[in-house]
Amino acid sequence: MSVMTTLLEGNKGMFKPETQTPMQKLTLRFVIIGLVYYGFAVIEGMIMRIYQIEPISILDTKQYFGILTAHPLVGIFGSTYMLVFGAFLFVIPLVMGKPLWSFKLANWTAGLIAVGTFVFWVDGFVSHYAPLYTLYWPLPADFTQFNPVAGAIFITGIALIMVGTLFFVINVFATLLYTPKGAVHVPKGRMILDALGFTGLFNLFTGKRRRTDADFLVPLPIVAITRGTVDVALNAVIILFTGVLILVYMVAKIFGFDLAHSAVDALLYKNWFWWGLDLVADGLVLIFVAGTWYLMATLITGKSLFMQNWARAALALEMVVSWTVWSHHLLSDQGQSPLLKILSGELVTAFELITQGLAFFITLATLWSARPLKMTNPLKFLIGGLLGFALAVPAGILQADAGLNRILHNTQWVIGPHVHVAVLVGLTMTLYSAIYFLLPILTNGAELWSQKLANWHFWLQLLGGIGMGAFMGMAGLHGMLRRTVYYNGEFEPYMWLAGIAGAMLGFALLFFLINIVMTVGLKGALGIFQKSTLDKKDLLPSV
Amino acid sequence: MVSSDTVLWGQAIIYTIYVLAIMLLIGWFAYNLTRTGPSRVSPKLFYAFVGLLIVIGVSLHLVTYNTIPWVADDLHGDGLTVSQRYDIKVADHKFTLPSPVLDVSCGELVAFNVHSDDLTYGFGVFRPDNSMVFQMQVVPWRDDNTLRWTFAQNGSYTIRSTEYSGPEGSQMILKDAINVTGCAA
Repeated sequence: MSVMTTLLEGNKGMFKPETQTPMQKLTLRFVIIGLVYYGFAVIEGMIMRIYQIEPISILDTKQYFGILTAHPLVGIFGSTYMLVFGAFLFVIPLVMGKPLWSFKLANWTAGLIAVGTFVFWVDGFVSHYAPLYTLYWPLPADFTQFNPVAGAIFITGIALIMVGTLFFVINVFATLLYTPKGAVHVPKGRMILDALGFTGLFNLFTGKRRRTDADFLVPLPIVAITRGTVDVALNAVIILFTGVLILVYMVAKIFGFDLAHSAVDALLYKNWFWWGLDLVADGLVLIFVAGTWYLMATLITGKSLFMQNWARAALALEMVVSWTVWSHHLLSDQGQSPLLKILSGELVTAFELITQGLAFFITLATLWSARPLKMTNPLKFLIGGLLGFALAVPAGILQADAGLNRILHNTQWVIGPHVHVAVLVGLTMTLYSAIYFLLPILTNGAELWSQKLANWHFWLQLLGGIGMGAFMGMAGLHGMLRRTVYYNGEFEPYMWLAGIAGAMLGFALLFFLINIVMTVGLKGALGIFQKSTLDKKDLLPSV
Repeated sequence: MVSSDTVLWGQAIIYTIYVLAIMLLIGWFAYNLTRTGPSRVSPKLFYAFVGLLIVIGVSLHLVTYNTIPWVADDLHGDGLTVSQRYDIKVADHKFTLPSPVLDVSCGELVAFNVHSDDLTYGFGVFRPDNSMVFQMQVVPWRDDNTLRWTFAQNGSYTIRSTEYSGPEGSQMILKDAINVTGCAA
């Protein structure tokens, strides 16, 4: 086939969207929108990388901070939420062997997150509303710097995403708990205990040696998904509440009333906000990633996970950890109680080293138990994801030390070796592993166009992500702050190197997108958005 | 006395060694995963790994508590006597110091109290090469933004805001605002 024919028809014309079930199409829509927003985040990231090398005159500083505000939110909500939610809404029915509870609700989730992300992104681009995601009080409601109408639109966009997120949460638990016609009824209480990891915890104490998925009601990857979903739900409630609080101030200002800033204690607000926001880091990133590792390890090897009870118990214990870990964000707040700094900020945070280390070891051991394995795309990206977290979690533990935080807080160290390595190498490569694995399942057997491009994708993502984080981290150790513009080239050599590594990430995405478009073809890609005539209850087409 | 740049060098060396070790380990794992060989993983290895993580997680904080000089001042500082206290105001993206230059005695415990009247800021002190000496958050309308510090080296230091407070925050820089003297050269 010529390149042009492949571009139109897909690789060997194998992808036929008319054969897809509604669930397959819906999942691919989630993935496509998630990748488009990931592209937004990459382009924004590159613009900011250039600005860190040299504050270019075509970009106003206010615009820069507008981009800096939108960038993590587009990455987290527009991209990661879409990719993760889409994949999980397909995987839960697949693994549990029953249809999704509500196809319509899943559609609403996709629509609300896609629209909400676009609303706040456009608003931030046009109005330069830039309180950054930290929203430190009273910055989000500071009308000497930002327009209240712009802020109100921004918050509305975020609120739409949170509503879509709550729909996802409802769908996950409803799918888990309902009994399809003709199936054996399982008590909901037992199901919930199993799904949140408590059965594994009890087994450790009672000495029951259950080792395989067949010994439990809920398979381990689904336990991780439901456990993480609890934190995602709490996080959505906190962000919604916070949004309403800010909206009250904005709407009052729009109608000519100026509410006093001092109505909210800034330190209490920071505690409240970080308690909720950290549930994204723990609920979404750590727990969902652990779940995806478990899922991929079992799918790749066809074996049950190593140390089932421990993995389940760790997920249950993580509930305590992720709900009490927030204070590491306030180690540099002098008004914060020293007891909270030590217990929540240092010790509970150190416990994340243990829970994430457990997931890391269990995944590696499960893979090892099936050697020799072929180094497929899902496997190599999974190993890349494991390496990403092996690098990023210890970096985070270091900055969550009261002594080191005094000289690391708000430096590029936090955002480089910790956040960007966790997201771009750990999280993104894990998600790529799932995408490469699910691609033939969702497309009914379409064959990847170029393995060479997939290899380039892997190495550029891995080296670009680690490289960018490393050079940002070096700058941070030399005093470079985050959320700050340097006008005199103070850290230019590091920023050039981080910029080159960032460009590698851009090329990684470009090669991946070319490969995917050539695999499904432009006609196929459009066909994904056309209605399927098959039954919504069917996950895969019946043969 | 150990200064903050020494601590940062120590951290850079330890983390770099760890990064190289874990990358080599994962590389070795990926290579051998595709080859035939023993595939059983002993639960003993798992328990040993969990034990190692617990030891590392706890000992990190014990080690830093006992080796980094400012940690104890930070956590138990309320009862300590300081040789000098500097009250600094910040509002409308501007620092206001009690004097144009703060003269500080090297090797003595001093306190910086920073009060904000409008936004959340940061209070950071930097060396001439832009490396950080220390920082703290400045939460508005509160009087407890107080940091106790003992300078270990003579020199002129820059104050700058270390927290985002809007686009103007990047310009909140007071060069050579602190002059430290008194330590042996």
